[in-house]
Amino acid sequence: MCTSVINKKGDTRLISEVENTAIAVNGLVKSFGAHRVLGKIDLKVRRGEFLTLVGPSGCGKSTLLRLIAGLETASEGDISIAGRNVTKAPPKQRDVAMVFQNYALYPHLTVAQNMSVPLRMRRLGRLQRLPLIGSLMPQASEKLASIKTEVEAAATSLAIEHLLARKPAQLSGGQRQRVALGRAIVRKPQVFLLDEPLSNLDAQLRVHMRSELVQLHRRLGVTLIYVTHDQAEAMTMSSRIAVMFAGQILQIGTPDAVYDNPDHLKVAQFISNPGLNTLPLALILGGPRGRQIDDSLGTIAASGSDLTVGFRPEACALAASAAVADLSGRVLLCERFGAEAFIHVLLHGAPAPVIVRVEPSQASVLLPEEVVHIQIDPSKIFVFGQDGTRVRNQRRAAA
Amino acid sequence: MSAYIASNNRSGARYGFLSLPTLVMPATILLLAFSLVPSAVVILLSFTNYELGMPGLHFVGLGNYSDMVSDHIFWQSVRNTALYVAIVVPGSIFMALLVALLLERRRFMTRFYKVAYFLPVTATLVAMATVWEFILHPTFGLANHLLTSLGWEPVRFLADPNWAMVSLAIIGIWQSVGFNVILFLAGLGSIPREIDEAAALDGADGGLDRFLTVTWPLLGPTTLFVTLTTAVNSLRIFESVTVITQGGPDKSTGVILYSIYLEAFRYFRTGYASALTVAFLAVTVTLILLQMRVSDRKVHY
Repeated sequence: MCTSVINKKGDTRLISEVENTAIAVNGLVKSFGAHRVLGKIDLKVRRGEFLTLVGPSGCGKSTLLRLIAGLETASEGDISIAGRNVTKAPPKQRDVAMVFQNYALYPHLTVAQNMSVPLRMRRLGRLQRLPLIGSLMPQASEKLASIKTEVEAAATSLAIEHLLARKPAQLSGGQRQRVALGRAIVRKPQVFLLDEPLSNLDAQLRVHMRSELVQLHRRLGVTLIYVTHDQAEAMTMSSRIAVMFAGQILQIGTPDAVYDNPDHLKVAQFISNPGLNTLPLALILGGPRGRQIDDSLGTIAASGSDLTVGFRPEACALAASAAVADLSGRVLLCERFGAEAFIHVLLHGAPAPVIVRVEPSQASVLLPEEVVHIQIDPSKIFVFGQDGTRVRNQRRAAA
Repeated sequence: MSAYIASNNRSGARYGFLSLPTLVMPATILLLAFSLVPSAVVILLSFTNYELGMPGLHFVGLGNYSDMVSDHIFWQSVRNTALYVAIVVPGSIFMALLVALLLERRRFMTRFYKVAYFLPVTATLVAMATVWEFILHPTFGLANHLLTSLGWEPVRFLADPNWAMVSLAIIGIWQSVGFNVILFLAGLGSIPREIDEAAALDGADGGLDRFLTVTWPLLGPTTLFVTLTTAVNSLRIFESVTVITQGGPDKSTGVILYSIYLEAFRYFRTGYASALTVAFLAVTVTLILLQMRVSDRKVHY
């Protein structure tokens, strides 16, 4: 009796998880010849989620997207979309739409024709698709009319209805982008795949399209996988981000979780603006407040001598005197951005300057080569092992 | 525009010897010497009764042209040439497109096939004509062997006036396919991969759908160029006629260029041959202008 209840509960939980998973990737491997570009990827994308694959170029994020789209075939592992195994299915049977970096619009077709291609291919019969005589086939005219209505509705929702008669060559980059989006949304697919869609736009338009994409995603409520190398896009748009390096997903989580609690040195470095400060742990422990930091790091310091600490520019501040500082060094450079400023401080014995975020008023009084003292917030220090993995505070984790 | 001229003047002043006329001169001289002046001489000769080797010539006005219009041999050569072009152009383009599409999908031995198809372009027809005469021979030829083994009547390819032009057209297709294959392969290669992929995701991922949605429209510029070059080249059919049939049998393969050749170098009627040349030139130029106009309207998306 008791066990059956547990089973029942377990089953319902299992079923709801399956229903909530739009895409499941299991043990996916992709090799080109002897070169392995993706190694054992496991990924579950939730229904309606905006998941961003982010990483430096060559990390395999586009390959993963193309595998999901069906443009590449997996060497090992499998992919299912909406509970259906599609590992061997051709792209058109996967019910996914993709927006390419260069938009890949059909140059010889008008905007309206571009957007109607996916609908024509799906709804019209083989004979009805033929040029010239196709529209004379029985029932073709009703189908064509409904396609026209839907294309116009999609165009209206993207504010491109005035461009329907134009050809791609007559459009600006931003307009082409919208047409590519329109061609993707018009047929209401299970999943949207976007491959660096904003990277060909100028900076201002990119910021604008960012918010528009987020709104579009919210309005359609569709599952969306977004590939970018731009951490700002990843942080601002996504429900979750998956950070990729060298064919592996190093960490997956909400933007805040990945930012505040990185699992790996590379993740912390990549999701960081203007950059992550890294120093040997010994250098910080040797400072006047070394004992304090040692205490707050707990068991970590004892676990090895080759540890690296990482902290973001906003995790440190200028200290009033050497007595209360963790580090001291000379000012190399001041970068003022109006609302904030970054000081690059060259430390004695450190390979790269430490970047400190300060108020612009603080930066304006500093001179180059001036000696400054830096205090680090111990709670915002990440410690990494030699292989780059995060070393966590055992005591704190236990508490 | 004025800024453009001003900047030219400025650079002209700085590099005095590199003025505009100096820069244009070499091309102009070559164009004049090898193209425009000879054409003008031919046009002038076409209004005379000049015969090669004769000491004098008389101006005969449009006499040569009126002779041409009433010359039934000339009109037959026009009809023969038209038939040849009408077979070679579509035949060669269709074959070349088919071969290019098949080769594009191949991974192995692509280079071998490309070279194999291109060989007839580099081979001299004068030498290859012997081989063709063997293949098309009425009694022991390979072609008739094939036809009879399929249960058809043998054909006297080069001896039957109804077949001779068609036979030459088949040779013409064989000769021009290789070059067109290379052009179509280049055209196929210039179709962005993403557009093919977008078509695959949109549902046009194979066969006729992909061809009609993406491949054929995007090959437009290539197809136009191939059509133009094949048409102009096949209009100039001469070698195979001279080597294989000499215009026969019964003048059934007398083509325009062969008529010009006979008039100019056999009968030495240079004036009349010039008139034929001018007419031929007019047709070629018209064809090119027509194609250019179509390309401006249709090909550039």
